[in-house]
Amino acid sequence: MADVTAPALREYPVAPALLPDAMAGSKPYTANEKMQEALGFPGSLVDDWHDKAIGKMGELLGKHRSLRVYLDSCVHCGACSDKCHYFLGTGDPKNMPVARQDLLRSVYRRHFTLPGKLFPKLVGARELTREVLDDWYKYYNQCSECRRCSVFCPYGIDTAEVTMAAREILDTVGYGAKYTNEIIGKVHRIGNNLGLPAPALADTLLGLEEDVKEETGADVKFPLDQKGAEVLLVTPSADFFAEPHVDSLIGYAKVFHAAGISWTLSSHASEAANFGLFIGSYEQMRAVALRIREAALELGVKRIVVGECGHAWRVAYSYWNTLAGIGSGGDDPFARQLQGQLDHNYRQPMHICELTWDLVQKGALVLDKEANDHRVVTFHDSCNVARASRMGDDPGGQFEIPRALIRAVANRYVEMREGTTHEATFCCGGGGGLLTDEILDLRVKGALPRMESLREVADRHGVNFMATICAICKAQFTKVLPYYGFNRAMVGGIHQLVSTAIRLGAKQ
Amino acid sequence: MAAILAGLYYAAAAILVAGLAWRIRQYAGTPAPLKIPTTPAPTTGSGVALRLVREVVFFESLFKANLWTWLLGWMFHAGLALVLARHLRYATDPVWAWVAWIQPFGVYAGFAMLAGLAGLWARRFLVDRIRYISTPSDHLMLALLVAIAASGLAMKYVAHVDIVAVKSFIRGLMVFEVRPLPADPILAVHLLLVAALMIVFPFSKLLHAPGLFFSPGRNQIDNPREKRHLAEWAARLEADR
Repeated sequence: MADVTAPALREYPVAPALLPDAMAGSKPYTANEKMQEALGFPGSLVDDWHDKAIGKMGELLGKHRSLRVYLDSCVHCGACSDKCHYFLGTGDPKNMPVARQDLLRSVYRRHFTLPGKLFPKLVGARELTREVLDDWYKYYNQCSECRRCSVFCPYGIDTAEVTMAAREILDTVGYGAKYTNEIIGKVHRIGNNLGLPAPALADTLLGLEEDVKEETGADVKFPLDQKGAEVLLVTPSADFFAEPHVDSLIGYAKVFHAAGISWTLSSHASEAANFGLFIGSYEQMRAVALRIREAALELGVKRIVVGECGHAWRVAYSYWNTLAGIGSGGDDPFARQLQGQLDHNYRQPMHICELTWDLVQKGALVLDKEANDHRVVTFHDSCNVARASRMGDDPGGQFEIPRALIRAVANRYVEMREGTTHEATFCCGGGGGLLTDEILDLRVKGALPRMESLREVADRHGVNFMATICAICKAQFTKVLPYYGFNRAMVGGIHQLVSTAIRLGAKQ
Repeated sequence: MAAILAGLYYAAAAILVAGLAWRIRQYAGTPAPLKIPTTPAPTTGSGVALRLVREVVFFESLFKANLWTWLLGWMFHAGLALVLARHLRYATDPVWAWVAWIQPFGVYAGFAMLAGLAGLWARRFLVDRIRYISTPSDHLMLALLVAIAASGLAMKYVAHVDIVAVKSFIRGLMVFEVRPLPADPILAVHLLLVAALMIVFPFSKLLHAPGLFFSPGRNQIDNPREKRHLAEWAARLEADR
């Protein structure tokens, strides 16, 4: 593995000087033949990759308005150029969103626009050479699809859409990334990203019941495959055993227990994550989402609730209705089959924070805020929740509800610097399918802007707990915090705080 | 000269209109299979309309991004809009009252436009990030716009042109009649460059103008849980099941 170094925190948040090719050596492992073929992609780079790539680009241009409009509309104004955490952390100019887009746009111009065919040099059009293809693989795997650039673009151009298109083209020519594609294969084969089979899952859940019983004296259940339960909880599989994720899972269970809501997990759909999003494949994303539909139909649940996971909430909130008919307002037979079963007095699907916050507002939970007094809490908005989804009924609910929930369970809360939270939040540095150790150097550098604002509130206000509602954020921060001199245990979920504060009848 | 320019303008107008119509049809006809508004996003159609108005009139997102770029860009575009409106006096007879009223502002707008362009161009040399992403066509486009603005202002402040004759020429174009045009090199340059701008519009980054209205990040309603959104090609996947 390459050297992993954390850049120095900047005194003033100014854009770094350009360091061309600083990250030209950073790329994730490529997927092997088995992983590729399991998803229906060629096992290795095909001989006619050039023509196939251009053909795929043409296909995507016809299927996705976003791609076509975004490739045409950029005026190189530079509004996005200092907005990407990977650029701020590395200084590599190809990590400026506009330059990242141009890696693909230049080829689009050459093959799909008149000026690019007539005067390629003039308009920055390029042929797709092996070098360009390798640049795609490197730099489209240095984008976490966090959409921060799209907030600032005067036309709303979203680099994530371009990155997804590029990754899909790369997959189609047999040049996929191991981390994402291996995991999608596991979801299809076993049911979750971690490859945790049903018996092991059942065992883990039993263990958790014992732990909670010991801690609280209450018989908090972690049901699996329970037909007729009210709620199907779909949560990232990291919640089943990774630290600090599992503490939030315990929190969800306590909330269900305290509110008397019957719920269940599913072994068929034991994963909220949907890495189909990361590789830009509608078909893969749909196949992964259909598992949730099947589980919901099978178990006959009335509500579907999603645990703390950023991109999973994006897929659930924004896409599940489209992909799998999980939602409301569908008027076709496919959608009605499931939607007729669901209880539309509740939002479908619902985020666990929405569920808990509703219960808090109804006074259905007994909360002891003082139990969290050893913590000074701040909140890290996760990119996909912040910029690609919503909670509650009003725009911005995705910011207000998590904060309201934290304030309901903890007394000491501090906001990080403006411009690094809400819609302008910085990615943790590990999202979008980049949470793999061979590119740890990139992940550490990409965390720089978040680490700077965390350092500020840690020094000024003694913040010692950064709450977040994303499995990837939790895993990423646990790994990179020490590189910036923080304790890795200072990151955790909101339901970890809920878990600490909630009082279950049995113990008093 | 007048006949050549007249022919050129008919061709340029045809290319501009047909080219834009073709692009807009292409954008409108390409499905948007997924709900991808940049959130927080409006939850109603009128909210989306308001969001687009804020983007078009105030450059809201650019304002959040970079104050200098916003200021220069807004100066240029607002100036251009006023200048274009001012030019309506060459096409209307009698001149519409509001067009007559804005005439003095239109002149200042010409300077604002030029100043904005100069600032935007300077960024392409002075800011290393912007220099890195600039292509020759980015510079050419600025050169073209600067030359149009400068030649226009030159006719006002340096060497006057017989604008009564110019108006007669343009009114003539509107009824498919070629009337004489003053033989003035600055005027010829001005008109040629404007025609060039019209011709490159549908093939260049000037497509950002229609593009904004078709940007799913900005024009989609945030209601995916309430309403099922399904593209035609995606619905076909369901039929195959």
